[in-house]
Amino acid sequence: MPQNQSKRMLAFALSGIVLAVLPFIVGSTLGNSWVRTLDFALLYIMLALGLNIVVGFAGLLDLGYIAFYAVGAYTFALLNSPHLSIFMPWWFILPLGAILAAFFGIMLGTPVLRLRGDYLAIVTLGFGEIIRIFMNNLNAPVNITNGPQGINMIKPIEVAGFSLGKPVELFGTTYNSVYIYYYLFLLLAVLTVIICHRLQHSRIGRAWVALREDDVAANAMGLNIRNIKLLAFAMGATFGGVAGGLFASFQGFVSPESFGLMESIMVLAMVVLGGMGNISGVILGAVLLTVTPELLRDIIGPLQMKAFGRMIVDPENARMLMFGLALIVVMLVRPEGLWPSKRRKAEFHDALDDGIPAADSQAADGLKG
Amino acid sequence: MDIFLQQILNGLVLGSIYALIALGYTMVYGIMGLINFAHGEVVMFGAMVTISIIGMLTGMGLSLPGPVVVLLALMLAIPVCMLMGFAIERIAYRPLRNAPRLAPLITAIGLSIVLQNVAILIWGRNYIPFPPLLPHDPINVLGASITDLQVFIVISAIAIMAGLLFMVEKTKLGRAMRATSQNPAVAGLMGVNVNTIISATFVLGAGLGAVAGVMVAANYDQAHSHMGFLIGLKAFTAAVLGGIGNLGGAVVGGILLGVIESLGAGYIGDLTGGFLGSHYQDIFAFAVLILVLVFRPSGLLGERVAERA
Repeated sequence: MPQNQSKRMLAFALSGIVLAVLPFIVGSTLGNSWVRTLDFALLYIMLALGLNIVVGFAGLLDLGYIAFYAVGAYTFALLNSPHLSIFMPWWFILPLGAILAAFFGIMLGTPVLRLRGDYLAIVTLGFGEIIRIFMNNLNAPVNITNGPQGINMIKPIEVAGFSLGKPVELFGTTYNSVYIYYYLFLLLAVLTVIICHRLQHSRIGRAWVALREDDVAANAMGLNIRNIKLLAFAMGATFGGVAGGLFASFQGFVSPESFGLMESIMVLAMVVLGGMGNISGVILGAVLLTVTPELLRDIIGPLQMKAFGRMIVDPENARMLMFGLALIVVMLVRPEGLWPSKRRKAEFHDALDDGIPAADSQAADGLKG
Repeated sequence: MDIFLQQILNGLVLGSIYALIALGYTMVYGIMGLINFAHGEVVMFGAMVTISIIGMLTGMGLSLPGPVVVLLALMLAIPVCMLMGFAIERIAYRPLRNAPRLAPLITAIGLSIVLQNVAILIWGRNYIPFPPLLPHDPINVLGASITDLQVFIVISAIAIMAGLLFMVEKTKLGRAMRATSQNPAVAGLMGVNVNTIISATFVLGAGLGAVAGVMVAANYDQAHSHMGFLIGLKAFTAAVLGGIGNLGGAVVGGILLGVIESLGAGYIGDLTGGFLGSHYQDIFAFAVLILVLVFRPSGLLGERVAERA
């Protein structure tokens, strides 16, 4: 259908233009801190899409995903900062971080191959915590990670002698480095989307879906369950590793605090809230969950000052409160996510219409004294 | 030798608290097959509410002995936590009983965030000291020391657990709970009101959590609004260690985890030649968890249920 095709091309072109000028519109109306938020939204899109491979496509619940982000970030930080006095080029350490993250993904994946569901969730959670505790404590007796203080003065990405961390002057106006990073992140986020899209419809993608739906049947169809699972872990981790490296260079500073369980949960919430398994949904979830807390931050404080003349509730506190409430309300109203894939939506409504509880919602093991 | 004994004693105290919390996780998991992610916050609320009520009671100028005040406050805090348990089930779990299992996980996490921030709203972000009403006299046991408060914690934890086991095994409510955990639909056909039983499970677990929260606060002389997370995580680990869904398993797992953690913290420095210090204590819980799940996925006392979605 050529007409459809041209419509799609038009939509692509339009969204391309919008995305290209977005930071300038946002920057001039709302200020540079919001461009920074946009950068983070793009970073979280990469992370969420990576986790979506593991959780959404392959159906493996991973609560320690942030560990791979941490591996990527610390690889970048250690190999490109004054902390160890090692300065390696970014084009070497960014892929290295990705490879290391993939390696960690396989390391986590191998022992948990036999586990499913909540058991898997808890083991991955424990794995994430172990990585964080090590980062927090590996400053003695040999100082590797600099402990809770973290590593700072990480060098920004440099392309042909041009540092992305410095403001640039263009047509008489100085633009903060957040603008340049925006385009780098945009490029990589688009690349991630394309890779995920191609993966989803590839042989591997179909294998993941088969694994998610019924691993016994998938096995019977001749799929190598072990390799497919490990591939899911490794692929997901790779995206996390790249995003982590970008985070380190963008922020210039990493500390274990950025890689707690709460972060893993945030990324998982992006995937589930947006619509598991659906790339557009996951992107929506990532953008919403990055922008909403910032929006609340900007609204709650001034609103209180206006209404009561003083701060009654600590804005940070109120922000998290409303965020928690939002999570609950959205899940109650749309348990399948805001923008579910067609397949998932169909499955979900199927189960509801029959009035049969999903098989896995019943506990098969008894309560014994 | 006395270090060894000392760590075992510390581990027993810690472990019996873990066990109480783990029972809350395991009961809910046994019945619904879901992790109650907000359980740690209930534990935290138990501790905080008790401390607030103690403050009120002592403010009234009653001349009651310290332990009586604490017990009185606890008796008032337990219903508060039970109400919370009830509300958690109603809000986060019941509406989503037929939804994909990740949906209630997210609502529970949402609730956990909300509860934690409500606590910050009420009590602030700082550590709150536990009023010094309880005797802390050390008792000497073969060169190691244990306070009489700690002895009391262990004994009462064991008594509560025994009471719970008796209830689940011998009473009508317990039988209904076991039936529901085996098959909710058939239990319903047999005249069990499944909704009531599930509510009762959450309420009971929350009550145990409240007691455990006070024990933690009394043992460490402090409480704070973030304490629920880590302790909840470890208690869940304990439940998995013993075999989730299995009440005896939660008790064994809790005590075992407490002892392993204490011994680990006491000896890791010597074992690794000073390379890893006692601040790696938290790693033991997770390392043990991973090892158990890899080699015995159903936990120590559980049946083989790993091949279940």
